[in-house]
Amino acid sequence: MTWTSIFIAGLITYFTRMGMVTLIDKDVFNESFRKILNYVPSVVFPSIIFPGIFLDDYGALVAITDPKIYGALAAIIVGFFSRNVILTIASGLTSYWFLIFVF
Amino acid sequence: MLSKFQIFKIGFFDVAPHLLSVIPFGIIFGAIGIELGFDPIMTYATSLIIFGGASQIVFLQLLSGGASSLIAITSVGVINSRHLLYGAVLSEYLNKLSSIKKLFISYFIVDQGFAVSNIYFKKNKEQNFNHYHLLGSGITLWLCWQISTILGIYLGSIVPEALGLKFAIPLTFIAIIINELRKSDHLIVMIISGLTATFFYNAPFKSYILISPIIGLFAAYLILKFKK
Repeated sequence: MTWTSIFIAGLITYFTRMGMVTLIDKDVFNESFRKILNYVPSVVFPSIIFPGIFLDDYGALVAITDPKIYGALAAIIVGFFSRNVILTIASGLTSYWFLIFVF
Repeated sequence: MLSKFQIFKIGFFDVAPHLLSVIPFGIIFGAIGIELGFDPIMTYATSLIIFGGASQIVFLQLLSGGASSLIAITSVGVINSRHLLYGAVLSEYLNKLSSIKKLFISYFIVDQGFAVSNIYFKKNKEQNFNHYHLLGSGITLWLCWQISTILGIYLGSIVPEALGLKFAIPLTFIAIIINELRKSDHLIVMIISGLTATFFYNAPFKSYILISPIIGLFAAYLILKFKK
C-alpha cells in the first residue's frame, strides 16, 4: 500500500512539473499573461520564506526576539547591497549562529 | 555563442551556493525517514520517485502518523502544485524543444533550479541551448538530493540540530529574490504572499503553499491594472 502511494504521489508530482511545460500553447503568451508570470518567484518564494522565519516547528508565531528574524534581516541588508548569493546566505547564518551561541 | 557544456556548467555554478541548504536538508530527510520507521529502500524511493523535499517529509510523517494514503497523496499534490507555476514560466523558454526533451527536463524542475535558470533565461533570451542551464542546475540538485538522502539514511542525524540548518532554507530563497526587492510592485506582492502564507500556514493539506501564491498573483494583477 505504501509503495502504491509513493508511486501515485510521484506521478502527481511529475505531472505538476511537466503539465505546464508540455501543455501550455505558445499562443497563450500574450503580453499581460507574461507580465503576470513575471511575479511567480515573488509570490512563491515569500510563501516559503515568511513561515520559515516567523513560525516555529509547530506553526506558532515566534517571539520578536527570535534570532531567525535578525538573521533574515542581516541577510536582506547584506544581499541588498552586495547582490551576492553566497554573502547573503553566509551573513544570515553567521548572525543567526552568533545570536544563538554567543548570547 | 556558448557551447551546451558551458551553459550546463553555468547552471551548476549558479545553483551551487544553494547546496548549502539542500544537502543538510537531504541528510535530515533521510534520517527522519528511518526514525519514522520506514525501511531504507522505501525512504530513498521517495527521493527518486517524488523528488520534492518538503513534500517527502510531510508524506512520510502523515503515513507514519496513521493518516490515510489519500490524505498523504493529496498533501504531496498540494505542496508540489507550485511546480505548475514554474512550468508555466519556463514553458516560454522550453517551447522549441521536442516533447521527449520536455518530458525529460520536467523531472528536474525544482525550486532552486527554477529560480536560478529563470534568471539566466531572462538575461539570455537569444541564446540557443539555454535549456542546458536548467539541466545543469536541476541535475546538480537532483544528484545532491539523492546522495544526501542516502547519507542521512545510513549515517542518521549527523547534522547537529543545534546548528538550526533548517534556517538555511528561507535564507537561500531570500538570496534568490533579493534583487526583486528593489521594485516596489514586487515588494508589495512579496509582503502580501508572505503574510498570507504565514496566516494560512495551518490550513489543511499544507494548502497555504497554494493559497498564498494565488492571492499574491491576484495582487500582482491588480497592481498591473492600476499601473495602466
